[in-house]
Amino acid sequence: MNSADHTASKSGASAARLEYGSELTRQQWLSALAKAPLDEFEGQWATLTTPPSYRYLRKPEVGLAMVRGRTGGTGQAFNLGEMTVTRCSIRLSSGTVGHGYLAGRDTERAEKIAVLDALFQEDGALADKIVPILKAATAEVRMASAQKAAATKVDFFTMTRGENL
Amino acid sequence: MSTDLLPGFDDPVRDSQQSYRAILNAFGYPGSHQRPVILEEAPAPLMPATASILLTLADQETPVWLDPTAETPAVRSFLSFHATAPVTDKPEHAVFAVIADATSFEGFGTFGQGDHSYPDRSTTVILQVASLEGGSRITLSGPGIKESTTVSPKGLPQSFLQAWGRNRLLFPCGVDVILTSGRDLLALPRTVRADEGE
Repeated sequence: MNSADHTASKSGASAARLEYGSELTRQQWLSALAKAPLDEFEGQWATLTTPPSYRYLRKPEVGLAMVRGRTGGTGQAFNLGEMTVTRCSIRLSSGTVGHGYLAGRDTERAEKIAVLDALFQEDGALADKIVPILKAATAEVRMASAQKAAATKVDFFTMTRGENL
Repeated sequence: MSTDLLPGFDDPVRDSQQSYRAILNAFGYPGSHQRPVILEEAPAPLMPATASILLTLADQETPVWLDPTAETPAVRSFLSFHATAPVTDKPEHAVFAVIADATSFEGFGTFGQGDHSYPDRSTTVILQVASLEGGSRITLSGPGIKESTTVSPKGLPQSFLQAWGRNRLLFPCGVDVILTSGRDLLALPRTVRADEGE
């Protein structure tokens, strides 16, 4: 999965720079906005100098998305289960449309993501400023939880018991 | 990304249920004027009532046919975003058809008529007219109407009554029609008989 992500972002980035004036693709910033820890997300939201004016295209709504994965060992995609997803779409007064999707049922955040998505499309530099901070915070949280989990890791091993000798 | 995209229902669940009730009443009482929940702004050239009907009834399983007047990027993006309804260029495959310009009306023959096993698979035609009142009188009779009732839509195509007569001969197949004007609608189910005058 890592290598696939990597190539996708490489080829997408050059096209996106032309489109939005950012080093990031829209897919990348939407991912970072949805995954960042809440306090850091709110912190960055608070740095916006002027809250933009916008209207809803689709009010925040909670629904389900089917998660599929190749979990069966045969390579077939399998319906793993459903997860809660919240989405929202807005249009800035300038006309730019933004979409926000995230796991869970945080309707307020879905709305903020949609607004940021629209702002980033208009001003790529803003994305380049905010997204790396969010990504770093996400990585930090992941690392902390991975370290905590690693500390509890138990290595099982079996000594030769000699039944067949 | 279209900058023309307009908001849908304010409260999609309640508003579409309320609009559904209006449409149901319209078909239950043919000729009666009903008003669905109206959007602040409908994508031109769709009238508010037409847009409400589509948001209420159309979904990913109901191809919508748009006449050349209605077939604009704004309408297409509106339908695909809010209703996730596919737009088809084949009127015979359409579940809903929008005739925004009544003067382009060429009869119901090109639309899906259903078949005898599944007469419900015919197209529901939404025809936009200038007004639901003030035109020449048409007498309606049939199921849902006690004896008879009159309607006087203004701006109906010249050949409408003739086409409607032919449509009735196909029963149980044939199309159903919803006339819309501004915020109001009235329905003509295929069972209704329409005669000129009182």
